Amino acid sequence: MKETDIKFLEDSFKKYYFEHSDLIRVPERSSEREFGYQKFNSGMTRHISIKDDKELHLLFMQNIPSDVYCSNAYYSFPNLPMNEKDWKEADLIFDIDAKDLNLSCRENHTVSICNECNQVSKNSERCLKCSSTKIEKKSLPCKNCIDSSKTEVSKLSEVLIDDLAVSKENIHVYFSGNEGFHVYVYDSQFQQIGSRERSELTDYISFRGAIPETFGMKKFKPNRSSFPDFDENGWKGRFSKQVFGTKSKRSKIISELISNGYSSFQKTLDDVSQNIGVKIDPNVTMDIHRIFRLPGSINSKSGLTKIFCKDLTKFDPYNDASFLSDDSIEVFANCPIEFKLKNKKFGLYTNEKVTIPIFAAVYMICKKLATIA
Amino acid sequence: MLELGQDEIAKYPFLADAGQYLKDKGFTLEQFGTDPDLKQLIDKAFNRIQVAADGKIYKSDIIGEQVSNDATLPREVFSFLLAIVLLKLSGMHTLIKRFSLAEARRAEKYLERDLANISDESKKQLAIRIIDDLFSVQVEKLDDYFVISVSDYLKHSINFHEREWKLINRHVENGKVFLTPHETVRLIRKELGTYINSKIINAKTPTMIPGFEDSVNKLVLLSKKFITFTVTTGEHPPCIKHAIEELEKGENLPHSGRFMLAAFLLSKGQSVEQIAPLFKNAPDYNERVTLYQLNHLAGASGSGTKYTCPSCEKLKTQDLCFAIPECDNIINPLQFGKKRK
Repeated sequence: MKETDIKFLEDSFKKYYFEHSDLIRVPERSSEREFGYQKFNSGMTRHISIKDDKELHLLFMQNIPSDVYCSNAYYSFPNLPMNEKDWKEADLIFDIDAKDLNLSCRENHTVSICNECNQVSKNSERCLKCSSTKIEKKSLPCKNCIDSSKTEVSKLSEVLIDDLAVSKENIHVYFSGNEGFHVYVYDSQFQQIGSRERSELTDYISFRGAIPETFGMKKFKPNRSSFPDFDENGWKGRFSKQVFGTKSKRSKIISELISNGYSSFQKTLDDVSQNIGVKIDPNVTMDIHRIFRLPGSINSKSGLTKIFCKDLTKFDPYNDASFLSDDSIEVFANCPIEFKLKNKKFGLYTNEKVTIPIFAAVYMICKKLATIA
Repeated sequence: MLELGQDEIAKYPFLADAGQYLKDKGFTLEQFGTDPDLKQLIDKAFNRIQVAADGKIYKSDIIGEQVSNDATLPREVFSFLLAIVLLKLSGMHTLIKRFSLAEARRAEKYLERDLANISDESKKQLAIRIIDDLFSVQVEKLDDYFVISVSDYLKHSINFHEREWKLINRHVENGKVFLTPHETVRLIRKELGTYINSKIINAKTPTMIPGFEDSVNKLVLLSKKFITFTVTTGEHPPCIKHAIEELEKGENLPHSGRFMLAAFLLSKGQSVEQIAPLFKNAPDYNERVTLYQLNHLAGASGSGTKYTCPSCEKLKTQDLCFAIPECDNIINPLQFGKKRK
């Protein structure tokens, strides 16, 4: 990234950190957590301990970081090297990201930026100008991306509450600042379980590894009465609703399932998994030493803020997570996709100078689709 | 410690304090080596180990719930305690391992029977207490099921590789898992084996006792049977092949896939310099970052931890597993193509 762009982003971020320090708060039990941050064009600094809001604000104002992170884990010595930290427990955490949802809208709003010649083109595997395959993809998520991610968050909450006895008040949903949501679970029975246990828990939540027997289908002499019912709890009930559709069709569909046989039933389970399984990123949940973007901080992939969603259904990231200045700035833009921020439309721009509000300029520069003119 | 009755010690002899038990009964180890009547018990103990070494479960003289006569119970306990003495004297860890597992499976049968006992509440309570005391798993009875918390269940079930033990294939409700008595006990088998194993490992090794030599020598011979040789075909497993192909095609292999590939090849003895070129075609290739990360995995930088290849189970979760019949139920890609002889 060019020096002038970095300077501009740093100035814009600093203004936000200064004016919105009320949004940047240390989490509960802050002194037991590990913090880390990145500056523009530089590596990660981590293993930092921060005890209160004052220290945290100082870190922001002194370093003007591009990104700030905090562990979901609690340690005795958060600022020591990893194997000396003495891990105690970790909040359960889930990452739901639009890019993992196989949405058909994606190709309409993904751009390919060539790492060799910086050519920007609409989604392609090869640079249209120099044919290089060293392509970086950037997506400008649309409403469908956000709505689909919200649906996954609701599915996740249902499994957590109904099956795993997590109480609703202990589930906190945050917009990640870019393309999805981070779901935090506090004070659950899972605080102290390790990485392998968490991995197994993600398989449960995403409906992975189910065998036909669990859902009533036996290899030999299958029995109609062992198939699940509509009003059953947990996955059996969800399976019934998905596969049978209505109560009246249940009997007919069971006959079909039985006559199609065991291996066909396994196939049905795998298909069903795509629909009813919650699409979470398993790597995130099973990592018990990870540091996560700090709520209230800006995501340098977009310039939007990672923020708590009080009412998920009404939440609109392009309004509710954009806190940067409305002042105007002139940029050189190359953006082949339209986008909307704070109820204003921007784009398309083809290698042209435009004067736009800072919040939109930051968004495009973070996506590598504009530079300061 | 739990208060145990006579028949309970016979069922769960590993719960008894060995030295104290002998003392209470008025015996010393030396007597077993010399007294012709007691010497039979050494043979019984040897037999108990031999059965375990063959992968079978020692058949007890305890018939049903009650024992045939008063002498049977102490003999059961003695043969267990003497078996431990023989194992310690032989110093053969493979036999200790096999013995612990077989004894665990033997105890498992009794635990299961006690859990399912509807006529005698105290037997059921004891089984529940053993599970809680030894393995910190709190079991509750609910109708015909035994119910434990999901987190407790996961701590134990992750040791199983059969799919039926995956949480998705369990009856889960309200944060609890519902199990039959059989499943409840099966869940802690490995830990029960580990518990017995560590009790034996931590027991003091006595000096050789006259009259014990023959059996000890026979055990040393017996353990020779279990030395194994492995040969490798040298071929990469499908997950690794797939990862290499993806990279060759210039596809964007996810971070988890790159981690698997690098950790696998490092474990196979390749150097960082040999591995690094594989990543050249990756869309976001950066030589400096690649070398840094490879050195980190190899343990040459950072905390010095050497990373090993993730298990097949983990790779399945990450969509990196492409199992073929030749995988033959291995649990880690590093085992691919290894045949025991």
